[in-house]
Amino acid sequence: MIRVLCLLLLAFPAAAQESVIGRLSQNQVSITANFDGSEIFVYGAVKRDAPTPVTAPPLHIAITVEGPSRPSTVRRKERIFGIWVNRSVMVVDEAPSFYTVATTAPLNEIMSTRAREEYGIGLDRVVRLSGPVPGIRNPTNFTDALIRINQRSELYTQLEGMVDLAEETLFSTRIALPSNLTEGDYLTRMYLLRGREVVNVSQTTIFVRKEGLERWIYTLAHEQPLIYGIASILMALVFGWGASEIFRVLLRR
Amino acid sequence: MQIYLPIAEVSVNAFLLLGLGGLVGVLSGMFGVGGGFLMTPLLFFIGIPPAVAVATEANQIVASSFSGVLAHFRRKTVDIKMGMVLLAGGLVGAFFGVQLFRILKELGQVELLVQLCYVVFLGVIGGLMFFESLRAILRTRDPNAKLPPRKKHMWVHGLPLKMRFRQSQLYISAIPPFIIGAMVGVLAAIMGVGGGFIMVPAMIYILGMPTKVVVGTSLFQIIFVTGFTTLMHATQNYTVDAVLALLLLIGGTIGAQIGTRIGVRMKAEQLRILLALMVLAVCGKLLFDLVVEPNELYSIGEVGH
Repeated sequence: MIRVLCLLLLAFPAAAQESVIGRLSQNQVSITANFDGSEIFVYGAVKRDAPTPVTAPPLHIAITVEGPSRPSTVRRKERIFGIWVNRSVMVVDEAPSFYTVATTAPLNEIMSTRAREEYGIGLDRVVRLSGPVPGIRNPTNFTDALIRINQRSELYTQLEGMVDLAEETLFSTRIALPSNLTEGDYLTRMYLLRGREVVNVSQTTIFVRKEGLERWIYTLAHEQPLIYGIASILMALVFGWGASEIFRVLLRR
Repeated sequence: MQIYLPIAEVSVNAFLLLGLGGLVGVLSGMFGVGGGFLMTPLLFFIGIPPAVAVATEANQIVASSFSGVLAHFRRKTVDIKMGMVLLAGGLVGAFFGVQLFRILKELGQVELLVQLCYVVFLGVIGGLMFFESLRAILRTRDPNAKLPPRKKHMWVHGLPLKMRFRQSQLYISAIPPFIIGAMVGVLAAIMGVGGGFIMVPAMIYILGMPTKVVVGTSLFQIIFVTGFTTLMHATQNYTVDAVLALLLLIGGTIGAQIGTRIGVRMKAEQLRILLALMVLAVCGKLLFDLVVEPNELYSIGEVGH
């Protein structure tokens, strides 16, 4: 009897009945000619079937937004004959073009290293090498540099303590998308955490697309480069001729 | 007003670009140079990727040189035959220049090459121009001094494949202009410049062309070389940003008209010494950046680009 009770308690721990329901203020970000960054309001609620026991560890929320991953090359400059030249190169296999993690408290306090490893949360977990790199002595210097440079251009951010959580039920945060954003599908995940472990995850996608003129020019330049090149030259010729004609008319007066 | 450039994939202030175009336009109008050698480094400074800056600047030069050459055609100061020979060399040079550019872009050394080219060429041309105009100013102060005699017969005249260039009143081998054209073509592709600042002295001092046809002829062939360069960059590197080019064009063409009027009111030697100082300043800034330890030793690039 006691054994069954124990099993029941194990099988249905207090937090297991909690799930996260998340929403975004917008699922679509359009990069148009006057695109100057965007802000996404992320909000949601914790749904539960039964009241949480008093003994349960406090609830925390972590929200991640991750842009499309792509391999990146990181180069290091060295001084050769008095000038600074790109010397050593390393390819980082997995580096998202954009990454932000917003939490209710410092990431290490609300999440175990194992859980972070398993779910790939935090900058040190998303920028990774698939194996040892031949010829590079300190590969972590390169991955650290990648993170540092992207942090400086606001593409990578850790917003610890920036998620508002009310009554362990309602949560919200704002995530800024900078103006130097690239196209792609941005995965947004909301993690419900208790006792440094993940209880529940909800996932949606933000679609970032070039639109209008930007879309048209970009597509033309990549799919019809010859036509695009000729059109660029024609534009230049028309402008050059126009300027010359206007100048001539102005001079005659 | 921020504007997102579709190819450069950065957001910049549209008025800043118009202003830069205008500023460089004024200077190019004043000094009769294309201004590419100033604009391309300025684009680097405001954060345009070097590959995009170089390719887009070539596109802009098509407009400014076309605008300029129309005026020269009306005055009949274009030696089309000489232009064609220079052009033949220029196209060959531009073709190899773009290939070299692409290889170095893959190796991650394109920035270095572009900057080194700038430092060397701006340093040499700026230095020569500075001392030459200084001497000219001193000469005008000394009424007894005479102009150094122009050499009538040079090594250039001993080569085979002679052609007659009526407009330039020359009967010389086609090889030197072809080689000069090719060298400038390579530079046009790598540096994103028209190359007028190298072409013009070469035409005067090496080919011995009369000064009045030099600028028009140089502009004439620059249109085709930069046009070809634009096309090559567009099809091979996808780095021509039409929006960036358009903004620079508008500023540049207006600025050039203002600059031409300022230029008329100034003395030639003063103009040249100012231009020389400006060239040397740009050269100094680029050299400083190469020599001083950068804040960030690391840089990120995309794989295969």
